[in-house]
Amino acid sequence: MTALGFELTVALRFLREGRMQTALIIGGAAIGVAVIFFITSVLTGVQGDLIRRVTGAQPHVVVKPPEETVAPLIAGRDDAPRVAAVQARPQRLTTIDGWPALARATEMTDGVFAVAPVASGSALGIKGDASRSVVVVGTELERYLRVVRLDEKVKAGVLQLEPGDALIGIELAKDLGAVLGDRFRVQSAQGTSEVFRIRALLDLGSRELNRRYVYTDLRAAQSLLGIPGRITNLDVAVRDIMRADEVAGRLRAQSGQLIESWIQTNNQVFAAINNQNIMTLLIRTFITIVVALGIASVLVVSVVQKRKEIGILRAVGATRRQMLGVFLLQGVMVGIGGALLGSGLGLMLVSLFSRILRNAEGQPLFSLHFDFGLIGIVTFGAAVLGLLAAVLPARNAARLDPAQAIRG
Amino acid sequence: MADDGALVRLQGLRKTYNEGLPNAEEVLHGIELAIQPGEFTALIGPSGSGKSTLLNILGLLERGSGGSYHLAGRDVTDFEDDERTHARHEMLGFIFQFHHLLPAFTALENVMLPGLIGHRRGRDGRSNARAAAGIRARAAELLDAVGLHEAYDKKPGELSGGMQQRVAIARALVRAPQLVLADEPTGNLDTHSSDSIFALLRQFNRERGTALLIVTHDPRLAARCDRIVELVDGRIAADQPNAVVVV
Repeated sequence: MTALGFELTVALRFLREGRMQTALIIGGAAIGVAVIFFITSVLTGVQGDLIRRVTGAQPHVVVKPPEETVAPLIAGRDDAPRVAAVQARPQRLTTIDGWPALARATEMTDGVFAVAPVASGSALGIKGDASRSVVVVGTELERYLRVVRLDEKVKAGVLQLEPGDALIGIELAKDLGAVLGDRFRVQSAQGTSEVFRIRALLDLGSRELNRRYVYTDLRAAQSLLGIPGRITNLDVAVRDIMRADEVAGRLRAQSGQLIESWIQTNNQVFAAINNQNIMTLLIRTFITIVVALGIASVLVVSVVQKRKEIGILRAVGATRRQMLGVFLLQGVMVGIGGALLGSGLGLMLVSLFSRILRNAEGQPLFSLHFDFGLIGIVTFGAAVLGLLAAVLPARNAARLDPAQAIRG
Repeated sequence: MADDGALVRLQGLRKTYNEGLPNAEEVLHGIELAIQPGEFTALIGPSGSGKSTLLNILGLLERGSGGSYHLAGRDVTDFEDDERTHARHEMLGFIFQFHHLLPAFTALENVMLPGLIGHRRGRDGRSNARAAAGIRARAAELLDAVGLHEAYDKKPGELSGGMQQRVAIARALVRAPQLVLADEPTGNLDTHSSDSIFALLRQFNRERGTALLIVTHDPRLAARCDRIVELVDGRIAADQPNAVVVV
């Protein structure tokens, strides 16, 4: 018992002596921690799943050339009657000029993770008698993989985009009656056409995308779409997906291009996620307060119960500071004990519910991964919480008048 | 005046409870008392005469309301709480009527506790461990001396009243204090246990030169001390060497 130092020795002994009391309060803290742990894990899993589903094969942010608009002939004064009926102009395939410079500038922007050039347009996929309307996405595969993880979406084949190679959605392959290694023709609206070999089949997360997407080499797409050397958009990945809007704002400020973030295009999803986060933050905060109050109240009672012992310790030479330390340490240890037990309990809950809760496709809604970071954070947080909860009881213990305490 | 070799010197010591309130009550009225190193003194007097208050003040657990207190030549009258605690730890030992051992600790650990206090964890873990081993050895030696060689690892609840009080004596002596204050150390023991406890106190007084001040109601025990101080209504009514010490 001597190696631990006086305060820790006494604190541990007091906790052990308090058996039932100690067990109850550690149990209470553990349940609180388990619920927080569980909510956090489920929320992270569910939101990750939702975002993956919504964004699918979309980049976080897209940089496009500005839309061409028609200016009314008579503009300006509001009180003047408008003469013109403004007819929107049909949108041509617009392109970004001088994209390598823009790509570099975008890459340097704060919060941007990766940028890939894309030449994209609609075309017709033809194989034999079958023809389907498709979206051709021509890009540099290596750069594009850092923006959209196509490698995670490969169902069959290998990821490679040499000139003449194509990666297509699994539904499109079915519609065209094509299998891996087959060739098929893509014909653009401009009339040019090219033949591609199917190198991989992709599952992009939704039927619509799987039915329409054809990924090709950048140059092939450029010549197919009749825009050699130019691109139609830059696809951007950001570091923090929930902050895509901030990055989009920054990009908007520094370039004359049209910037769209996934948050804009999926506003409702983002709002739902945000509301979820606020609600769970609220729940977590209240659980934390309840746990802190529980620890504090048990320690307050413990100080009263141990009056005489505190008096004896003071009489044989323990300082006020040491008595303060004894009770603060009890709070810290209860917090840490509760956090470790609670993390274990939380992991059990997560593992149980990851088998029960499934998404629309029958896959687990969230995966069970041992997030030691989260355990560390929760444990540290619980230790601090225990310390704070113990401040009041510990001060009571330190202030006790030893003569009175011994008299009883 | 204070530097006269006396271990304890109280001058004009007063104690008022609820000072400044309508129910203020002075329980000690100007006590003059000196205790020499190694003295073996009985403090007697009827209930309510202020014996316990005097003992608490001597033990630095309470402060006087007036007068002065010198302990080993130092004026401790106005010591702050930390200084009082430190002085208590360095120089004083306590034996209470109801032993007051910590129930969660074994007999040996109870005796070690005063030694562990202030035993800070230094950077050098080994010298620390050596110091701890020293405390343990001394606690074991004292338990042997009070005849509890078999009871090192027993909790207080497993010991008889007399054995508990022996543990408390060992605890009071573990830091080799200059003065041990005993508040009716045999108050709840039968005469047999009471005699052997008293004999132990006497033995430590003779062998180690520890001064003792023993509050007692038992005239038989008082008769076996070197000096008897009688407190009546907060005043020293009699203070004389015991002519015929019964041993």
